[in-house]
Amino acid sequence: MKVLLRNPRREVDVPGNRRVKDVLRELEILPETVLVIRGDELVTADQVVSDGDTIELRPVMSGGGP
Amino acid sequence: MLELRRHNAAFCAPDFLEFFRNQVREAIRKHRMLERDERVLVAVSGGKDSLALWDVLIAEGYDTTGLYLDLGIFDYSVESRGKCEAFAAARNVPLLVRRVVDEVGAPVPVIQSVTRRPPCSGCGLSKRYLMNRVALDEEIPVVATGHNLDDEAATLFGSVMHWQTEALPRQSPALPSTHPKLVRRVKPLYRLSERETAAYAFLRRIDYIVEECPFAAGATSIAHKEILNRLEDASPGAKHNFLFGFLDRARPAFERAEAVTLNECARCGQVTTGTLCAFCKLADQVKRRV
Repeated sequence: MKVLLRNPRREVDVPGNRRVKDVLRELEILPETVLVIRGDELVTADQVVSDGDTIELRPVMSGGGP
Repeated sequence: MLELRRHNAAFCAPDFLEFFRNQVREAIRKHRMLERDERVLVAVSGGKDSLALWDVLIAEGYDTTGLYLDLGIFDYSVESRGKCEAFAAARNVPLLVRRVVDEVGAPVPVIQSVTRRPPCSGCGLSKRYLMNRVALDEEIPVVATGHNLDDEAATLFGSVMHWQTEALPRQSPALPSTHPKLVRRVKPLYRLSERETAAYAFLRRIDYIVEECPFAAGATSIAHKEILNRLEDASPGAKHNFLFGFLDRARPAFERAEAVTLNECARCGQVTTGTLCAFCKLADQVKRRV
């Protein structure tokens, strides 16, 4: 499956047919720090994503302000 | 579906949007942030938080005007300004635009290089000053910003790490006007995490800038957020408990018995604790070196 990452924008291939939380763990991304988007919907950490899926891991952290 | 571990709950999209709006309503009610018959200046950056806030306030029927401060940060500012203008045009709401280069004499990247201050320092100072001044110029009594629970928890963490006790009383979801030339400042999203504001913006199809400010990399506040996110992962609700425990139980202890003396800046007339305000000093510094 394809995973779109941001900041910087890039794409990686990882094995599918497993839960989102397992994909996040492999990529060392905390669930609290991203939205997981498939098409036009949000996906929960317990949902299974398949090999043919493309998901976006959109970071939610903003800031830098004092 | 969206799961919120700190609430031990999962929401469908319509229920989440209602949950989100209820949290904003509760923030406004609890701290008497806004009156129905007054105008609200909403400070917008083009990011998810401020545009989500503006979206909720419009839906709730408030008389809002947006304020975008163009920081002059290369393509980032061009894109973020475009997002704000498109948002305002689509909803037929007014948007004011002010450019930092016109007000300070240089854009944020130049301010950073000539003052050798961290970029977020001069930027934040300019934003706070200009938000207040524009509100006064426009006769709008209150500025609403998109600070969320993560922003507030990270700021609190930084203040506590350095025991900046003078900063602790000022950390509040709602700051009253303590001088005729200071408008009220409110943060209606302080009960909502940034993942929740991102989810709201996504579900409402708000076109916001996802890319981070190029100067944010390496910022201390980002490092503090990362630490707090690791705590949150180990103990859901940690950020909420940290911030709300402070607001409910610790903040009153830090409020000073005697008020700070406020003066008017000898040059611009805005409020300061000294003779010349920090903004005018910054502008002087820039003028000397540009």
